Amino acid sequence: MSAAAATKPSVDDIWRWLADVPDPEIPVLSVVDLGIVRGVQWKGNRLTIAVTPTYSGCPATAVISLEIAEAIRRRGVDDVKIETCLSPAWSTDWISDEGRAKLKAYGIAPPVADARCVGDLKNPIVECPHCGSAATEQVSRFGSTPCKAHWRCRDCLEPFDYFKSF
Amino acid sequence: MTTAVKLDPVYDLALRMGDNALILGQRVSEWCGHAPVLEEDIAMANVGLDLIGQAKMWFDYAGAIEAAGKSADEIALLRDARAFTNALLVEQPNGDYAHTLMRQFLFDAWHLPMLKGLAASKDERIAEIAAKSAKEATYHLERSEDFVVSLGDGTAESHDRMQAALDALYPFAGELTLADDIDRDLAARGLAPDLSVIAAAHLAKIEAVITEATLKLPSGGAVRKGGKQGLHSEHLGFILADMQWLQRAYPGAEW
Repeated sequence: MSAAAATKPSVDDIWRWLADVPDPEIPVLSVVDLGIVRGVQWKGNRLTIAVTPTYSGCPATAVISLEIAEAIRRRGVDDVKIETCLSPAWSTDWISDEGRAKLKAYGIAPPVADARCVGDLKNPIVECPHCGSAATEQVSRFGSTPCKAHWRCRDCLEPFDYFKSF
Repeated sequence: MTTAVKLDPVYDLALRMGDNALILGQRVSEWCGHAPVLEEDIAMANVGLDLIGQAKMWFDYAGAIEAAGKSADEIALLRDARAFTNALLVEQPNGDYAHTLMRQFLFDAWHLPMLKGLAASKDERIAEIAAKSAKEATYHLERSEDFVVSLGDGTAESHDRMQAALDALYPFAGELTLADDIDRDLAARGLAPDLSVIAAAHLAKIEAVITEATLKLPSGGAVRKGGKQGLHSEHLGFILADMQWLQRAYPGAEW
């Protein structure tokens, strides 16, 4: 028997559940860390979750919506609707501080903060996630996923991914 | 007897923006696995992905306006060449890498000001899609203009190749800002920017970058046009054959 009909989980509970849903490409981050969950709302007995895409062609977007819906259903809420919300457009400024720390620990340089758009920060100073040196350089504007660029450190000589300010 | 229903010109706008993004996205994705260096292979795949993602947003909207229940996939994969409205520039072959990069630059230098103009559209959905896409286009333009400068002002070989690419492709650039009645109607109603303003921004960017790249803009010559009206070069048919064969051979096939 579903408990959902009797006691609707609170919106705060839903947010806590969502904090356990990993990004499929960068599993160290949750969808909440990434800042792509834009709203959680009960409309009668239907739970609506607004999700915004990171990059418009990111192949992970469809998987993320499926995984969010699945995670909610596993907790006993059957009537869940995922709405795509385009505006305001996603920004890496929405990645939580916790998310930034997780990225760094995972070996990905977090986005340089307060960038409204990539064009505002053509030559960001990116710290090497391995040794902390600021003597780093861009190898390529693109990397293993749409959200990352390929960088290297001139001190420890390690290559690394930089999560682009966007 | 049926009469074709005249749709709101916003439909044409969404279709045109989507067709330009889709066909260029398909073109650059042809480099996947073939690009001159690994980083460029990845870059091209990512640029293609952004453009195809943008095309999907535009087609979703076009489908909603048409209200005939067509999905973005159906709009992309079940139309014939005459129904496509992309500019001839984006269907030009990849050629050598100079052609690919020059085509991208000429496109990006139009795409960004166009999207910024559309982000101010009175149509909320147009504005949302454009604002989202403009962030990606900013990044594309930074990359393509850097390449035009470093290869134009590079070795004698890279300079000559970039000049040859510019000579071949520049005649196609003007079509992107050539207004027809639909464009004028949209601009008059505040739904899209005045294309003469976009043309000025496009040309200013091209001139600045081409000068820095030590290249020369070809002078004179007619604008190569017709794509917007569905009159395409032979290249589009081959692109569509490659892109659409699966849906044509196996109607309704799903991923």
